[in-house]
Amino acid sequence: MRAKLESVLLPLAVAFVFVAVWHFAVRWTGSDIFPTPRQVLTGTWELARQGVLFKYVVASLFRVATGYLAAVFVGIPLGLLMGWFNRFRLALNPAIQVLRPISPIAWIPVAILWFGVSDAAPIFLIFLASLFPITVAAMAAVQNIQLVYIRAARNFGIGGLELFKKVVLPAALPQILTGLRLALGVAWLVVVAAEMIAVNSGLGYLIIDARNAGKRYDLVVAGMAMIGLIGLGLDVLVRRMETLDEVRWGLSR
Amino acid sequence: MTDRRAARAKIVVRDLWMTFKSPDKRKPSVHVLEDINLEILDGEFVCIVGPSGCGKSTLLNIAGGFLQATAGEVRIEDKVVTEPDPRHIFIFQENGVFPWLNVEDNVGFGVKRPNPAERAKLVEHYVEMVGLTGFGNTFPRELSGGMRQRVEIARALAAEPDVLFMDEPFGALDYLTRLRLRAEVMQIWQRERKTVMFVTHDVDEAVQLADRVVVMGKRPSRIRDIVTVDVSRPRDLDDPECRRLRDHIFGVMGLDHSGLATEVQGVDAAEEDEGGKVVNINDRR
Repeated sequence: MRAKLESVLLPLAVAFVFVAVWHFAVRWTGSDIFPTPRQVLTGTWELARQGVLFKYVVASLFRVATGYLAAVFVGIPLGLLMGWFNRFRLALNPAIQVLRPISPIAWIPVAILWFGVSDAAPIFLIFLASLFPITVAAMAAVQNIQLVYIRAARNFGIGGLELFKKVVLPAALPQILTGLRLALGVAWLVVVAAEMIAVNSGLGYLIIDARNAGKRYDLVVAGMAMIGLIGLGLDVLVRRMETLDEVRWGLSR
Repeated sequence: MTDRRAARAKIVVRDLWMTFKSPDKRKPSVHVLEDINLEILDGEFVCIVGPSGCGKSTLLNIAGGFLQATAGEVRIEDKVVTEPDPRHIFIFQENGVFPWLNVEDNVGFGVKRPNPAERAKLVEHYVEMVGLTGFGNTFPRELSGGMRQRVEIARALAAEPDVLFMDEPFGALDYLTRLRLRAEVMQIWQRERKTVMFVTHDVDEAVQLADRVVVMGKRPSRIRDIVTVDVSRPRDLDDPECRRLRDHIFGVMGLDHSGLATEVQGVDAAEEDEGGKVVNINDRR
């Protein structure tokens, strides 16, 4: 009980100190561009009242969901196959290791060239950004499966696709989930960057637009705060999945 | 013991040789088994003992269909073993219980009966037999090492095999748990009468469990002796006959029972033979 209370109170105390330092820092420096916490709150309220906030949040989330899910549906099977079949891995791994270190941001010009200023561009970027961590995690997960599980299953006469479904996938799941969490974090980072350049809506666009159209830094920071809070929410969601009995055995926490 | 004489050979190991080629061509191949011949009767409990690295685990892995012998063959019911078979279940030292399934689903994993009611009954029966009633919904992570090994035994039995291969199944457990599981395995075997091939480096364990103890020597190993343990069960290890057999087995292995070498340099304390455990990850399909 006490530990639970602490886990709420301590972060709240830090947040309070942070906001206080921020407030007084703006006051003492006499900045008329950088907003106080209160101005950010009223700015957020203004955005919410206009209906822009909700619209932009939905736009960003939609892009992340689409690109990320596409990456999940491509990356997990791809990674599983690469982990299982030696030839597959030998053929594809070098290509993936070359593409992986290229920042998704570097793809923005290419995405605009291919997809123009449309939803497709950021979705493509999010897809790319999430694909590699998911694929690599799934591949490593299969390679790390303890041989004894495979041997036990084969002993019971399980083979082929059934072996994949009943043993390979569940045995790899904890490590895959870790990859999924990592990828979601990256996807959320990338959507903001992509929206600053490739589209006319979303939280990233909100930030860049608020700065360009009249230096509304209260709205810039409001957008940043929204991004942070939603990121936290996404992480909590994935972490909740990590407490399931089916995967908890393979996670260190 | 007359019924045992009447029984026919269930497992026949004939002229078996095993050599591991090193993937590194500069290193020499390792000769592990030399000319192994052995017959195990239907319903017999046979223990294989030998010093670490002698290849007893390799022999078991060949019989289980997980490794191919260099020469010779293992036949079970006149069929040459070439791959794992659901009628011959292997119990692993490192515990092969699936951590993503609860106890019930683990035990039910190898059940072949399609009827769900029969299936549930069988699972319940074996969960009870290994003393895990009430733990059906528990996940392996929440169980002790001994309990996990019980789950693996129940899972093997629920597949209704006629042969059990046990590869140092209690090797990773603490002493007291090991003693208890030994007694439980004996009780289960007396009820089920499966043919059991049981590898251990613990001579006491072998004498307590086995109808016959196969004693192997240092690598490359041959069978040095096959000792019949004609003592009624449950056995007391302080029984004079048990003690005599144990000392005899130690003698055959080249040790006195305090572990000191009685011939040459004694056994090298090389790491446990990795026979089955180093199968290349890509060979597992």
